[in-house]
Amino acid sequence: MSFDFSILVLAIPFFMFLFLGLVGVKMGKKITGVVGTIAMGVTLFICYSIAFTYFFGTDQGQISAEGVRQSVLAYDWNWLTFTDKLVVKLGILLDPISAMMLIVISTISFLVHLFSLGYMSDEYGKPEKGFQRYYSFLALFTFSMLGLVVATNIFQMFIFFEMVGVSSYLLIGFYYTSPAAIHASKKAFIVTRLADLFFLVGIMILSYYTDTFDFNALMASPESALSSAHGQTFMGCSVMAWALTFIFIGGAGKSAMYPLHIWLPDAMEGPTPVSALIHAATMVVAGVFLVARLFPLYVLEQGSMNIVLVVGAFTALYAAAIACVQSDIKRALAFSTISQIAYMMTALAVSSAPGVGEEGGLGYMASMFHLFTHAMFKALLFLCAGAIIHAVHSNENSHMHGLHKFMPITSIAFLIGCLAIAGIPPFAGFFSKDEILVACYEKSPLWGVWMAIVAGMTAFYMFRIYYLIFHWKKHEVKEGHHAPHDMQWTMTLPLIILAVISCVAGFIPFGKYVTADGQALHTHTNWPVAISSVCIALVGIGLATKMYFKENDLPSKLKSKFNGLWTAAYNRFYMDELYQFITHKVIFQKVCKPIAWFDRHVIDGTMNLLADMTTSASFAIRKMQSGSIQSYVLYYFLGAIMLAAVTMVIVLI
Amino acid sequence: MDYSQFLIMPQEIGLLVVFLLVFLYDTFMPDRCQKALPTFTTALFGLYTVFSFFPVHSGMAFAGMFESSDATWAMKAILNVGMLLVLLQSIKWANSEFVAVRRGEFYELLLLTLFGMFLMVSARNMLLFYIGLETASLPLAALAAFEKNHYESHEAAAKYMFTAIFSSAILLLGMSFVYGLAGSFDYNVLASALGDKHSALLIAAVAFVVAGVGFKLSLVPFHLWTADVYQGAPTAVTSYLSVISKGSAAFAFLVILVQVFGTVYADVWKWMLYAIIILTITIGNLFAVRQRNLKRFLAFSSISQAGYIMLGIIAANTLGMTSMMYYILVYIFSNLGAFAVIAAIERQTDKVTIDDYNGLFKTNPWLAFTMMIAMFSLAGIPPFAGFFSKFFVFAGALKTADTAVYILVLIALINTIISLYYYLLVVKAMFIRQDECSIPTLKSHWSEKTGMILCAMGIILIGLVSCIYTFLNGVAENSSSLFNLI
Repeated sequence: MSFDFSILVLAIPFFMFLFLGLVGVKMGKKITGVVGTIAMGVTLFICYSIAFTYFFGTDQGQISAEGVRQSVLAYDWNWLTFTDKLVVKLGILLDPISAMMLIVISTISFLVHLFSLGYMSDEYGKPEKGFQRYYSFLALFTFSMLGLVVATNIFQMFIFFEMVGVSSYLLIGFYYTSPAAIHASKKAFIVTRLADLFFLVGIMILSYYTDTFDFNALMASPESALSSAHGQTFMGCSVMAWALTFIFIGGAGKSAMYPLHIWLPDAMEGPTPVSALIHAATMVVAGVFLVARLFPLYVLEQGSMNIVLVVGAFTALYAAAIACVQSDIKRALAFSTISQIAYMMTALAVSSAPGVGEEGGLGYMASMFHLFTHAMFKALLFLCAGAIIHAVHSNENSHMHGLHKFMPITSIAFLIGCLAIAGIPPFAGFFSKDEILVACYEKSPLWGVWMAIVAGMTAFYMFRIYYLIFHWKKHEVKEGHHAPHDMQWTMTLPLIILAVISCVAGFIPFGKYVTADGQALHTHTNWPVAISSVCIALVGIGLATKMYFKENDLPSKLKSKFNGLWTAAYNRFYMDELYQFITHKVIFQKVCKPIAWFDRHVIDGTMNLLADMTTSASFAIRKMQSGSIQSYVLYYFLGAIMLAAVTMVIVLI
Repeated sequence: MDYSQFLIMPQEIGLLVVFLLVFLYDTFMPDRCQKALPTFTTALFGLYTVFSFFPVHSGMAFAGMFESSDATWAMKAILNVGMLLVLLQSIKWANSEFVAVRRGEFYELLLLTLFGMFLMVSARNMLLFYIGLETASLPLAALAAFEKNHYESHEAAAKYMFTAIFSSAILLLGMSFVYGLAGSFDYNVLASALGDKHSALLIAAVAFVVAGVGFKLSLVPFHLWTADVYQGAPTAVTSYLSVISKGSAAFAFLVILVQVFGTVYADVWKWMLYAIIILTITIGNLFAVRQRNLKRFLAFSSISQAGYIMLGIIAANTLGMTSMMYYILVYIFSNLGAFAVIAAIERQTDKVTIDDYNGLFKTNPWLAFTMMIAMFSLAGIPPFAGFFSKFFVFAGALKTADTAVYILVLIALINTIISLYYYLLVVKAMFIRQDECSIPTLKSHWSEKTGMILCAMGIILIGLVSCIYTFLNGVAENSSSLFNLI
């Protein structure tokens, strides 16, 4: 398919947003959902065709004369021209990672559209209130996310970064009558918006020194792009390190890196399919995507890269520790997501520049690979969670237990997801995680061991969740409730599709297609690393089986033994309380109060003065508009004469 | 006579063809077809509007009296778009009980005034300019009196007529002074003949020309007719007066000031405009704050808006010209959006005060939404087009790099705050205030709906689609020779 069609990828979801939002209200609810899903299916088809053409075609400039895969500008449109250099463009850039993201986003989005047909209906299949609004927002989100990944320049990326934030806000707060959802949506928006402020500052610094927003110009020769900033320092660090660190903070906000992760667990207040789409597979990887997009620059600034590495590695361990004790299954999955995203960040940060040594660029490739596989199995896990929540009407695992008999398909799909995330061959997670570990060992054994421990914890907490939901003890059907069961086909089909993908995605020869420099990267299995990581995963699974497969008192014994640690982890190491303290006690009391006083008395006073002056002046001159034509003409004449006379006096005398 | 000269005025000829067809339809079609006259006219004018977008040849005709350039072409196209919107909004009204007998005349007069305005825009000779001005003014008095059964309509017409005659007299006096000084009416000849001597006669001439044109633009202190006429005249005529008539006059005003009086820009008319702009924006705002009747309210708002349009003229550079044309385009959509809502509500309920609009959002969400974005655009709130147009006129004025103009822009900025207050009053009434007996849910005619949708789209899109501004900028650059004398 010609790349000219790529504009449809953005146009269809945007049109659907307007259409479903404006016209959908007049149509039936069911029809709206079906129309939205079909439109998303068309988008999916176009995305697949374009990605296929990009990876396997040769005739549209995607392969250079030397046989290297390079980026293609399908569209590039000047939007705002301020000066010759300061031009904001909108366009579509196709390169390996954006083509890959097109596949990820469109697949997950389509399946979530399909899944929601059932999920957003009540037990009798009647769509919920606000069904049209839901589908309209889904389309808006898909549009923003697709626009983000195909951005040709960093400013376009920023615009779509914000739009992604807005649509996420709208979807988290979908149940706007629930105070928790309102709080969560506000929190998500404010935290990510704060991070975006740093992103914007980073963009300004970067573009000030490089004179361009364009990714292509930056990527073509990163050294010369950064040359004007060479030797420029601010507070002991080079200005580029500042710029790239600020940009990373923007990405860290969206990707929920410590300490900006606090919004993601709360965001689980939104509908579960939304969590699968936004908070597992697409929006949260925007930060990883951003760093990957600017990877050639980060490689040149090892200082920034080390910050990314430390933040990523710490977040991975921290979130995994919390995930081990959560009782709300969506929150546990949320922390798992944070941990896995941090995995990708770490992989990017340990990557060396392509072409350096034997494994140059391996981390980059592994990170993108993991992004791809994680999106699939995490979306699977979330959609399974959605099906379970829909069946038992609760998020707490104490209300589930022993669902295996009642929901066999969901159970198997969830198990596949767990095996994939735990890194058991031949499921998808094994391959991508293995390559990340290889890249980490390459950097330093410390990081290799560190990430291997995280991998073990991942296996442990995932199987803990699995056993607590599907085994542990016999399920008690509450009085007045019907027994839980597998859902209708619109909800089961997405699970099956994603489960199949999770089984086979690992065999995609990713290194051949998605690499930092467009050259195929030949990966070979590093047996010691592979075997050791599988062993660690098996230990984690074994431990979980021992503790949670059948009801026993081992967990509660351990809990009382490590009570302090358990409570701290359960309360997420009190990060939210720390934020509360800083914002309420320090910022609100010490900073905002004086400003508020100034605002109320000085600024408002000035405004009130202006208002009073306006009203009294308005009252004073009301006589002018007397309604009598004689006086009008008199004023007219006097005006003309005065105009002439005063000017004469000034000019001639 | 060289008849090929007519080739550079396809827009005028097209308009005359439309006029003649409407006239023939009105005169010779049987009575049963007359009801379709408004639709026929609008459709015909729509076709003509599309036609008027085709580029025309630049050049002079009729011994230098008439000029066609990219700028005049674009300006006329803008006016046509506005005219089309006015026509769309008036279809239903033109078929109403008291108007129906004379609807043919309504359209014929309206088209004739537009023809006069085209002459004003293209005139490069004071005589032609004056003829255009009168052609545009006199039928408007008849149009203002169109609702014969309404007393206010008569009052409006009388006031408009008297002020128009008086302003014409002053304008003619100014022109005769000019003729006395230079012995010619031709802009090009005048420019060199007037020179930069600051005689008292020249200053008086400039002042009287400003006063004469200031009437059409309703600049303070030549604005007093505005509120009474806007309130009394039929809403279709009011909306026409407030945008089309104003837009054409502003363009012609710019051409006269920079081309004829360009040599005395810095000493004479810059300061005249300076004072007038401050007065116009401020006094327009001060009166608008007090109004309860929406048509009167928009009259004062349009006075204040005219002050912002003048900012594009005082800049006296191509950026100013671009921003002025852009401002007029945006203003057409914003103001007509507001008038469309007012007209639709007035036609069905006869309610025109702000208090009547309490709780409108509950009963007529779409009308309230259109009104809201129109108000936001007029107030200059991003991302609506009004923000961009205000931004560009300020940018154009600031490009003069003159401290005095900086202060002027500052005053204009403070005034936008005041204007925000009264525009938001309307929004507040519609969305926040509740009323037991708010306007019932109305059913608008398709033509009114189309007009409103077009206006809403214009308000939302014109600012964001940057190529419109870039295009107008290119057009203004082509006319940069206008500013040779500055």
